[in-house]
Amino acid sequence: MTGIPLSMLPEGREAIVVEVRGGWGLVRRLAELGFTSGTKVKVLNSAPSGPLLVMVRGSRVALGRGLAMKIIVKPEKGD
Amino acid sequence: MEKIRVALIGNPNVGKSQIFNNLTGGRAHVGNWPGKTVEKKEGFCEHKGVEMQIIDLPGTYSLTAHSIDELIARNFLVEEKPDVVVDIVDASNLERNLYLTLQLLELEANVVIALNKWDVAKSLGYEIDAKELSRILGVPVVPTIATKKTGMEELKDVVVEVAKAKDKGKRLAISYGKPYDEIISKMTFILQKDEKLSAKYPVRWLAIKLLEMDEEVLKLVSKSPIFDELKAQLLEAKKNLGEDIETALAERRYSIISEVILPQVFRGAKPLTLTDLLDKAFLSKHLGIPIFLAMWWVVFRFTFDVSSPFSEAISMCFSKLGEIANTYISDPRLASFIADGLFKGLGTVLSFLPPIFFLFLGLALLEDSGYMARASFVMDRVMHKLGLHGRSFIPMLIGFGCNVPAVMATRTIGDEKDRILTILVNPLMSCSARLPVYIVVGTAVLGAHAAVGVFSMYILGIVLAILMALLFRKTLFKGKPSPLILELPLYARPTLKSTLIHAWERGRLFLKKAGTIIFLVVIVVWFLSNYPYEAVHQGGEVMIENSYIAMLGKSVETIFRPLGFNWMAAAALFFGFVAKECVVGAIATMLGLSEEAGEEGVSEALRSAGIFTPVTGLAFMAFTLIYIPCLATIGAIYRETNSWKWTIFAVVYGLILAYIVALIIVTLGRLLGFT
Repeated sequence: MTGIPLSMLPEGREAIVVEVRGGWGLVRRLAELGFTSGTKVKVLNSAPSGPLLVMVRGSRVALGRGLAMKIIVKPEKGD
Repeated sequence: MEKIRVALIGNPNVGKSQIFNNLTGGRAHVGNWPGKTVEKKEGFCEHKGVEMQIIDLPGTYSLTAHSIDELIARNFLVEEKPDVVVDIVDASNLERNLYLTLQLLELEANVVIALNKWDVAKSLGYEIDAKELSRILGVPVVPTIATKKTGMEELKDVVVEVAKAKDKGKRLAISYGKPYDEIISKMTFILQKDEKLSAKYPVRWLAIKLLEMDEEVLKLVSKSPIFDELKAQLLEAKKNLGEDIETALAERRYSIISEVILPQVFRGAKPLTLTDLLDKAFLSKHLGIPIFLAMWWVVFRFTFDVSSPFSEAISMCFSKLGEIANTYISDPRLASFIADGLFKGLGTVLSFLPPIFFLFLGLALLEDSGYMARASFVMDRVMHKLGLHGRSFIPMLIGFGCNVPAVMATRTIGDEKDRILTILVNPLMSCSARLPVYIVVGTAVLGAHAAVGVFSMYILGIVLAILMALLFRKTLFKGKPSPLILELPLYARPTLKSTLIHAWERGRLFLKKAGTIIFLVVIVVWFLSNYPYEAVHQGGEVMIENSYIAMLGKSVETIFRPLGFNWMAAAALFFGFVAKECVVGAIATMLGLSEEAGEEGVSEALRSAGIFTPVTGLAFMAFTLIYIPCLATIGAIYRETNSWKWTIFAVVYGLILAYIVALIIVTLGRLLGFT
């Protein structure tokens, strides 16, 4: 199964980060906050537009939708 | 007495300022980092015969050279070499917090870990083995609960001990895996040859930073004779390990934390916390914005309702003092100077203190409770569409209190374009100083409908700010606002003391920065309205039309004629440039009113003088709202943008916009048949 952008992951679902695309500075910033490949993430809040709230490494991080498009994840099986 | 220097560092929202307040007793010297606009706090603490100078470093997740806060923190640690670095780690969020800790170890700082929010971690059902953590990292770990002042004595003990200890002991060796470790060793070896560098900096850290292509370290090393040798190594590393070594190293650090450290020290499932429940409501698609507006309204009412009696009491005190001066000082010039110049000036400045204090009290409560970050999240949905950053919203909110701290608060916006844009539209948020102008003029010209007039000014400001933001985004700052990345902390009960200290600090900064200017202006207004003395004071009569202020007003009257403003209105605006609330004072002075008149008195006099029609009065209110930020705000804009170009731009566009809007109001009024 190939990855999907984090922004498309439905609320409440968990996934594993496959890669972070985008500019160098952005990738670095996200990596510092814990978005590195292999990391488990969970979408806590997501509306059709606007930012997402993502649980990553025990902290809640708000991400703009555009940013969340650049994080490619593989959804975990199950519900 | 022995003196040591202790730096406090930590991620945002870990309770760093509470620990700072606990250690220093809340007495801080607040200044700026040299050459920077970032705030620096310092304080002192005495413990067991040792005097500790406590330096609060900016809150940061990392120590790269990419953000100004991180660079300040890092440069301080590298260049100033404090005796001890207290790394404040949020026990309820170990994994992310330890990332900074690993970087501090790499920097070979003399680290002591304060494992704060110990109680929060407990309540979440986490079990943390602090002793084991200390053993693995090779640095002391002290569990603390800053909000309850628990663990502070132990922390001080350990800090003093560590400062005195000669041997640092064995630290955790951070291994990045074979190919990386090899190249790091090679580069470390080369770097050691430069004795000047290796005496001053930890060489392994330099090597790692070079691999990460850190601009500052590259600059530092580029002057060294060994630079060519290093460059060859770097190029080879890039070839073998790929371009993005920095991200790879970040990944490695996280895997050390999650695979090596945490399994040994941390146990606990993640239960559904109160935070998740509250977030369901506060971040809700439908309720999020209404809840936010309600919160904002409460803070706003709180600020103005609670502070107004204090402000009134202060004003009254000084006007009484003025009366006393008038009674007992026989020389009329001196009496007038003391009563209407000195005391009035002091009264004006001090009457600002209560609203600023209570505003920041309200904002600090929102911030400390964890709600403020949620507000940014909720508002990002809206702000993004307007071409503004989600974080722009907090400075806008503060702008309703005072634009000076609001402009200062734009520091939390990382991207420069977003920041300047937010600064430029911020003065359109009606600050509390403009309220008296709206009230006085509104009451005078609109009578029973004054409240509608006042409210419409706030709305007008918001609408204009949105329009200008969209316009600037389309023209000056092309592109989209930078994306939101923001950590939402756990909700917490704010502590009264730290909130009070925060509010008091802001108030004091206002007194220092803006107070002096306002005070001077009142004195200047007094002078310009009382001199030339003989011409103004003729046989007990006050002939204000002979004063300098009148001359100034008359000289610009023609420009304002299309707006229906007479010389008095023009002169008042002239003084409002320096501080907007001075508009009311200037009008009062020009109408020959005494200090006891109060807002109602000024309104009454303004009405009977017939200076404004309802339409021109409204235009005057709008003009006061929009034209030129006050002098203190201009000062803040210059300090924050560090550019005369943007400062002058802010002044000029404000003036032009004010004129256009006022003209539209007057023209519309005429077309609708009002006179």
